Amino acid sequence: MTGGADDTPIAELLRSWREPVLGRWIELVGETVHGRLSEAEVRSELTELYGLVERALEGDTAAGDELRAALAEISRGRARHGFSPTETAVGVFALKQSLYEQIRMTRDQRAYSELIDFSSYVDELGLATFETYAAAREQVIADQADQLLELSTPVVRLWDRVLGVPLVGTLDSARAQIAMETLLQALVTTGARYAVIDITGVPAVDTEVAQHLMKTVMAARLMGTHCVVSGIRPQIAQTIVALGIEFGDIVTKATLADALAYVLERSGLRVVGEPEG
Amino acid sequence: MTTPSGEEMPIASSDDVVRVRQVVRAAAAAAGLSLVDQTKLVTAASELARNTYAHGGGGAMRVERATGEDGRKGVRLVFTDEGPGIADVDRALSEGWSSGTGLGLGLPGARQLCDEFGLRSEAGGGTTVTVAKWTR
Repeated sequence: MTGGADDTPIAELLRSWREPVLGRWIELVGETVHGRLSEAEVRSELTELYGLVERALEGDTAAGDELRAALAEISRGRARHGFSPTETAVGVFALKQSLYEQIRMTRDQRAYSELIDFSSYVDELGLATFETYAAAREQVIADQADQLLELSTPVVRLWDRVLGVPLVGTLDSARAQIAMETLLQALVTTGARYAVIDITGVPAVDTEVAQHLMKTVMAARLMGTHCVVSGIRPQIAQTIVALGIEFGDIVTKATLADALAYVLERSGLRVVGEPEG
Repeated sequence: MTTPSGEEMPIASSDDVVRVRQVVRAAAAAAGLSLVDQTKLVTAASELARNTYAHGGGGAMRVERATGEDGRKGVRLVFTDEGPGIADVDRALSEGWSSGTGLGLGLPGARQLCDEFGLRSEAGGGTTVTVAKWTR
């Protein structure tokens, strides 16, 4: 490399070609994010990045750190807004293409050799961006899993003093614990005498799931509430028998409708159809 | 006897137990098992995967399409771990006996749910459980 210790030729090139290279970069990135980010947003983001790249290449370490932080911030934002990994990474790599096009146009031989070093520098930035992007996506998924855990164990009122707990999905220890707590809390606030736990949406009932169900029913019983387990499909019934699980005196029904009918009957209520006409 | 399309997946967390169930369900459906048999195999896999994770300290499961001795097609699952092993295999296979706080139905239940069941274990040398389910 030629040039002064504090001013590498590539930084010099970037500075002197600021207008065309930055302009082309904005254009390239604008094509990949079309419509989802305004041109003004892209312009302000990239102008800031461009300035930081210039300063980082001049040897300004503070600018280098700032550049990485800014890239991390941008890729986190991209991940949250559902941009694909390619769209995010291309945002950085496009700077290479933009500079390359400029060098080709000017046929500057000296600049070609600089381009190789610059290229690996941009690659490094791109990979850092990618890493942040992946980490941000992981975070989004973890957050969603937590939200789902909260959402997926509702307790609903089926009738006066009759609660329903529709369970959907995998019933692991954490879910079972939340379901039990939500149900017991609802029993206190509503004073319900009956609770129907519906497992239609639980794909497999193994010994762990059965044990969780039984514990929940026992706990509710201690509080004076009678529980019915409904949604036992044929394949689940056969599996439970083959496993040798005994539900004891816990009342089970094939469908939620059967369970509700049973509960109403036990409460001394009768559903009477109004004569037509 | 076995097609080479074996798929191996790690069992290192309780989330992996969920993934095992999904993979086994897909394999059972692809092999043409009935809904009841799919559910039985998935439930057995769930028990065995949890054993691998909870008692074996983690391990792996291999899923493969297989053909039984009488020519029926099906799915074979192999669970392996490098854990402490089972000291008394006969006792572990009897109903109601549990080393932990479970119901003690997992291992005997898995045997009941499948058409083929093999268990190899020695104290300190890890455990391998092989199960298979054939189409009717």
